[in-house]
Parts: sequence; structure tokens; C-alpha cells
Amino acid sequence: MAFTVPRPKLNWRERMYLPAIVAGLAITFKHFKNMLLGRTKVTMQYPEQKWDSSLPDYYRGAPALVRDEDGRVRCVACQLCEFICPPRAIKIIPGEIPAADRFAKVEKHPEEFDIDMIRCIFCGMCEEVCPEQAIFLRKDYAITGFTRAEMVHHKEKLLEIGGVMHGVVLKWNEKK
Amino acid sequence: MDSFLIITSLLKIVAILFLILSMVSYAVYAERRVSAFIQDRLGPNRVGPAGLFQPIADMFKLLLKEDFTPRNVNTFYYWLAPCLAVMPAIITIAVVPFGSTLFGVPMVIADVNVGILFVFAIASLGVYGIVLAGWASNSKYPFLGGIRSSSQMISYELSLGLAVIPIFLLVGNLRLTSVVRYQIEHGWFIAPFIGDWTNPWKWLLTIPMIISFIVFAIAIFAETNRMPFDLPEAEQELAGGYNTEYGSMKFALFFLGEYAAMITGSAVMVTLFFGGWHLPVPSWQGGFHWAFVDGSAPGWRGALGGLFNIATFFAKVAVLIFIFMWIRWTLPRFRYDQLMRLGWLFFFEIALVNIFIAAGILAFIP
Repeated sequence: MAFTVPRPKLNWRERMYLPAIVAGLAITFKHFKNMLLGRTKVTMQYPEQKWDSSLPDYYRGAPALVRDEDGRVRCVACQLCEFICPPRAIKIIPGEIPAADRFAKVEKHPEEFDIDMIRCIFCGMCEEVCPEQAIFLRKDYAITGFTRAEMVHHKEKLLEIGGVMHGVVLKWNEKK
Repeated sequence: MDSFLIITSLLKIVAILFLILSMVSYAVYAERRVSAFIQDRLGPNRVGPAGLFQPIADMFKLLLKEDFTPRNVNTFYYWLAPCLAVMPAIITIAVVPFGSTLFGVPMVIADVNVGILFVFAIASLGVYGIVLAGWASNSKYPFLGGIRSSSQMISYELSLGLAVIPIFLLVGNLRLTSVVRYQIEHGWFIAPFIGDWTNPWKWLLTIPMIISFIVFAIAIFAETNRMPFDLPEAEQELAGGYNTEYGSMKFALFFLGEYAAMITGSAVMVTLFFGGWHLPVPSWQGGFHWAFVDGSAPGWRGALGGLFNIATFFAKVAVLIFIFMWIRWTLPRFRYDQLMRLGWLFFFEIALVNIFIAAGILAFIP
């Protein structure tokens, strides 16, 4: 059913519009003036100013592999992260650890560990699922590259981002 | 025709064209910055210090883009329209005195005795660019934009012309240089009693002059398709209106035309109401008084005076351009029928009555 929108009765001052226009101009000029005087808070100027220092600990940036205190890559190539990864960004080729190695009882290590950062959605499921605490989401967020190949993080790059993680998993120490 | 006149005229044309074009590009930059500041943003601040080289980057971008012509357009008119949009806006400046004299040369390109008529005649040609663009594009939104533009023009040309008649009742002829001369002697038309403040009857003239100014300013806004009346463009309703189908340099020409029209509109407004290049400067030679500066003094003093007048003129134009932008980023667009109603039922009548008020005052003041 059609109905008529009730229009408010305007007095002559409102019908002239000019007072309202002047009031509007005053408001916009106030904003202009505050901006000129630097009183207005504006957007962070990104490349010059960064929010890195105020990122929370739970920030989910780029996933990375970590080493432990002994310099061992924590990843044991169980491939759980590869299976859980929703966009299938992770590719792992497992390899055997030779018997002569200090950590021979770990049995497996990743020969190759690639994360395609074009696919990665920074969901953090790989970190959650990892039984070895070997993959973490770090605070790097500006992942850029000129080619698709550049955007694939190989094992070396992942270890470089990850660095060393102390503690947490101690089961592969020789003493245990 | 002596060669001196030809050479100085050519120099003036080249200088003013260069000035107008650079003003256009920086008006675009200023528009973006002003709009940003009004909306609590920063605007373009990356290219060069405070983004000052942004117009140059924009120019290169527009020049290097592919010049694309859609298949189903009327090619001849499609190409003609952008030229027609720019040309009148720039030509109008020819009759506007933008300075007193510099080395004895009057700072106006063509001091014709039909000055204001020339301005209106050429400025109203500007609408053809828009109408042709809308028609030739063979597409519905540009077509609507073109139709709106033509109806907007017939609503506003009348009040535009009628609004300035009180001024010419006072001045006595249509030459724009004599308008400026009159304002120097009797005070600016925005406050026409300043020069003859001893005669209280002249104060009455302020009323028709203010009405004249308001009607003229609003009509200029409509004429230049600026915000409260930018119906032909109407980005939100018509997806850009008449220039929807245009790209690269042809689009840039429409843009240039719009801003050049704004600059020439401001220039005409400055000439008619704000005393043109005249600015009284305080002087302390033999007691405090307001001195008059122009380029008539001999030597470097005259040259400095002439340059000061030119700077004054363009400073006034810049202030008016800022007001144009300020209003654009404050007021919402009028609806189509509201615009026609305003033009035909209010401003036309107000301007008409205003003429009689001014004529009545002039007939009875001693």
C-alpha cells in the first residue's frame, strides 16, 4: 500500500535554507581548520610509521619454522600441517635422518618445506596442529615479491624468519 | 595594427594560457587536498613535498593512457565535445582585466566594449561540449547528463544575465576595465558605499548589490557545474554523467574545462564584485591613509605595482576558488526538480526585482 511520507512543516527561516547552509559551511570549515592546525587524528602514514612495536603477542603473521637450542629443525615432517592447511599452501617432502646423526631417534626431518605465501590465509591452524611446536606464526605481515616463485617460502627462508625457540618441547634431548 | 600591439598581445596570451593551465592543475590538487581536510583525511601527500608534484604525475598518467574510442559512438561529435568543453572556458578570460598595466601595456588581452556580453556569450557555449558529449556517447547515462545540462543552462542563464544588470546601471557601459575603474573610484560593488561613504543614500545600494552578488554567485555555480548543481556529472546517480564514456586525454579535457570554467567564473566574479585587481594598501606617507597602487609609476616602481596588481587579482581568484571547493564539500546536490524550481521561480524573479530596486535607488539618490 502506498503511503505518503509525512513532511515536516518548515518555518520561513528553514525554508530559506541560507542559515542551514551557513551552519554547514561553519562545520566543514571547523574540520578544515583543525586539520590545518594538526588537531585532527589521521590515519597512520604506513611506510614511515609502522605498528610493529604495538603488535600483540597473538598476532598471526607469516608462518615460520623454528630451531631448538641445539640448532635442530624442530619439524619432524609428520605432515599434519600439510593436511590441516585449508588453502593447501604447505608442501612437505619428508626425508630420513641418517643413523650417524646426533638426533637419529627423531627418524624424520623435512627435506623440503614450502609455504606458498600467495595461498596462505594466516589462519594459524598449522601452529595449532603441530605436535612438535615447530611452526609458529610470526609478526611479519609485509610479504611481497615480483613473481609467484618469489612468493613461495622455502625451508631456508622459513627458518630464517622463525629463528630459535627455546624450551617447550624437550622430548628429543639426549638425556631423556 | 602595429607590431607592438601584436607582440604584446601574443605574449599576454601565452602567459595567461600558461597561468590558467597551471592553475587548473593545481586547482585539481587543491580540490583533493581541501576535500580531504574537510573530511578529516590527508589527501595526496606522496609525490614531492606535501604532494605538490601530484598534478605532474596526474598529467603524465592521463597523457600516456590509451586513447580509446568506443565502437558505437558518433565519432565526429565524440571527438569534438571535449574541445568544445575546454575552449569557451579559456577564451572568456580574454576580456577580463587581470592587472593594471605593466611597462605601459594594459593587462587585459582584449579590452572590448561588450565585455560582459562576450563573457556570457562564450560561457554559454560551454554547455554544447557537455550536451554533445552526452549525445555522441550513445549511452544512457551520458545522455541523461547531457539533457540535464541543457535544461540547467536555460534555468540559469537568465538569472546570470539579469543579476549583473544593476552593476552596469551604475557603471554606464559594458567594458570590464571601466567596471574595475568605477570600483576603484567608488568602492567595490560588494560594498558600494565605501568610496562615497559621506553620502548615506549610496549605502542603500548595498542591498541590491548583495542580492546581485548572491544570485550571480549561485548562477556561476550552476554554470560551472559545481557541486550543489553538478547534475550533469552526478557521479552517484549517473556514473559520471556526460563523461562516462570518455577516457585518457579526452576525459582530462573535460576535467580541464570544468576547472578552467571555475577559474574564469571566479575571475569574472572578482572583476564584477571584488574590485578586480584593485587592493588598497595602507600607507604612512604624510599620515595614515589607504594608498592606491598601479603600474603607472615610472621605472621599477611601476613594474612592481603592475605585478602587485596581477598578484592581487589571482589571489582573489584563488580565495574564490577555495570558496567554490568549500561549498562543494559542504552541500549535497539539489534534486532535478528543485534546481528547475530554484532557477525559474526564485532567482529569475529575485534578479528581475533587484534591477528595479537598483534603478529606483539610482533614480532618486542625489
